[in-house]
Amino acid sequence: MTTAELDPSESASVQSYRGLVARRIAILVGLTVALVLSVAVDVSLGPARYAVWDVLKTLFAPGAADLQIRVVVWDIRMPMALLAVTVGASLSLAGAQMQTILANPLASPFTLGLSAAASFGAALAMVLGVALFPGAISLMVPINAFAMAMAASLLIFGLSTLRGVTVETIVLLGIALVFSFNAALALLQYFASEQALSAVVFWTMGSLSKATWGKVAVTAIVLAICTPLFARRAWALTAIRLGEVRASAMGVPVKRLRLEALVLVSLLAAVPISFVGTIGFIGIVGPHVARLLLGEDQRFFLPGSMLSGAVILSATSVLSKAILPGAVLPIGIITALVGVPFFAALILTKGRKSW
Amino acid sequence: MVSLTLDKVGARYGRRQILFEASAHLQGGMLTALVGANAAGKSTLFRRIAGHLRGAGAVRLEGAHTHDLRYMPQDTGMTAALTVYESIILSLKQGGGGWRLSTQELRAVDETVHRFNITHLVDQQLSELSGGQRQVVSIAQTLVSRPKVVLMDEPTSALDLNRQYEVLESLRAYAEETQAVLILAMHDLNQVMRCCSATIALAEGRTLAFGPTLDVLTPSLIRRLYGIESRVERCSRGNPIMIVDGPAAQEAI
Ligand SMILES: Nc1ncnc2c1ncn2[C@@H]1O[C@H](COP(=O)(O)OP(=O)(O)O)[C@@H](O)[C@H]1O
Ligand SMILES: [Mg+2]
Repeated sequence: MTTAELDPSESASVQSYRGLVARRIAILVGLTVALVLSVAVDVSLGPARYAVWDVLKTLFAPGAADLQIRVVVWDIRMPMALLAVTVGASLSLAGAQMQTILANPLASPFTLGLSAAASFGAALAMVLGVALFPGAISLMVPINAFAMAMAASLLIFGLSTLRGVTVETIVLLGIALVFSFNAALALLQYFASEQALSAVVFWTMGSLSKATWGKVAVTAIVLAICTPLFARRAWALTAIRLGEVRASAMGVPVKRLRLEALVLVSLLAAVPISFVGTIGFIGIVGPHVARLLLGEDQRFFLPGSMLSGAVILSATSVLSKAILPGAVLPIGIITALVGVPFFAALILTKGRKSW
Repeated sequence: MVSLTLDKVGARYGRRQILFEASAHLQGGMLTALVGANAAGKSTLFRRIAGHLRGAGAVRLEGAHTHDLRYMPQDTGMTAALTVYESIILSLKQGGGGWRLSTQELRAVDETVHRFNITHLVDQQLSELSGGQRQVVSIAQTLVSRPKVVLMDEPTSALDLNRQYEVLESLRAYAEETQAVLILAMHDLNQVMRCCSATIALAEGRTLAFGPTLDVLTPSLIRRLYGIESRVERCSRGNPIMIVDGPAAQEAI
């Protein structure tokens, strides 16, 4: 996997493959640079207007900055900007692996009902004050959301261990879950007080505004646990994309791998969703962008989908601050408003026949 | 020397028994054909040998392990966003090893790509291949890890005349070179007579005959397998050719 050191004794096809690898590495580097830039812009924007120079100074020499800007940059903007990165990466990676193991380009935390389940769990706390697990009041909403999302994925998991269940069945069950949880959520909203209702609506829009360093750390840790486990299975996961029969013919334990991946994917999706609410788009678009740019060799697709998800959500966070000066729009709205046309243009212009 | 023994092998899907008694003893170093009508159970027998289905009887390997076995399923689409080259690397890498590709591994891929004459396809996306190209790429994926036991389900069904010839010759060369057991499910009996030294004839889940191809493919067996009247005659160069005369009379089958 070294970059193109062209060895004259190598055949044309090996050289051309080395070229391909070099291009892919360059794209990964490019995405990383884009991410760093986007985070930098994200941190320098916000309702309180500071000069970019002052923000940079605060970032690199926090001791020298005055207290107000230090609090704004380090305790408010940085966690938000970094949470956009970890959440974008997690949701995109979750979507990528769901699409891989379920052989379906539409699979994502959103379409399989995890987001809907989390919204319902959160609404249980906000409307009825029901805590699914005892704990601090301040954590009731995320814990409920997490528990419901995990319950939904456990249901999917349980179903997929049954004999004779195909990936199509799993996807259909996911869609059924979306509708069921949305109906249950609507019912809660119907009986909710004015105040609870607005809280629920705001939550389901998805927002980074409640970001803290703690949430950044938790999402980062989940990523740090799941990514190497996927990375170890890179070749087998790529093989699954050749079809279940071909993959098992190559010796890949397809069923077991699918279950393992489902557990990791559930964690990867449920944790960020419970912190930021519904951000539906990333789990589908992130992987598709990565697939278009890098193909599906997991050695590139895995980091690629994390990076593209992170870049997209971070750029969206920038937009959510830039569209209305002085206000921060809920990020879930922007992902759909700006993301959909962008995505449509992308797949229409660069459409490959893969899926 | 590798050999594969099938001892009264059976298989079922759920409660439906498809394979009843398949027995044969196969030697490495040559091509063995598996012939039989549609739905005779050829693919099922392959799945049973490959271990994807369980069932009665025993499959015994000598001189090879189960992980030396590769099975190429009947042609299906491939939608992955991978180039042909990547898909062959991928198949090689299932044997183990990390993210890095060694020079030997790249050389093995290269050798396979040359063997099957697909160097012009290596940069193409899998989803953009024609049916025949996809079939040759599948064959390359199957053989790149140099398996000692190879089961190929209708490997030449989508190939033009020239490619059929080329691929079958390459497979025969591979078998001789590696002394591997290669079983090919085939429908073109003239190709079978030309390339495959041994033949297994399967009908309704039972092996009707097994042995040297010319001994197996007699007019009476072909009548039983396909309900077809045929003759096997020598052409002007002395090679056996099967000539189809027409459907067999009902009572003759
Ligand atoms: N997955 C399956 N489930 C149930 N029946 C099957 C399955 N696959 C094949 N069969 C049945 O097994 C029989 C043999 O099929 P197969 O082995 O594919 O035949 P061949 O490859 O010789 O054409 C057919 O009657 C077919 O309907
Ligand atoms: Mg078949």
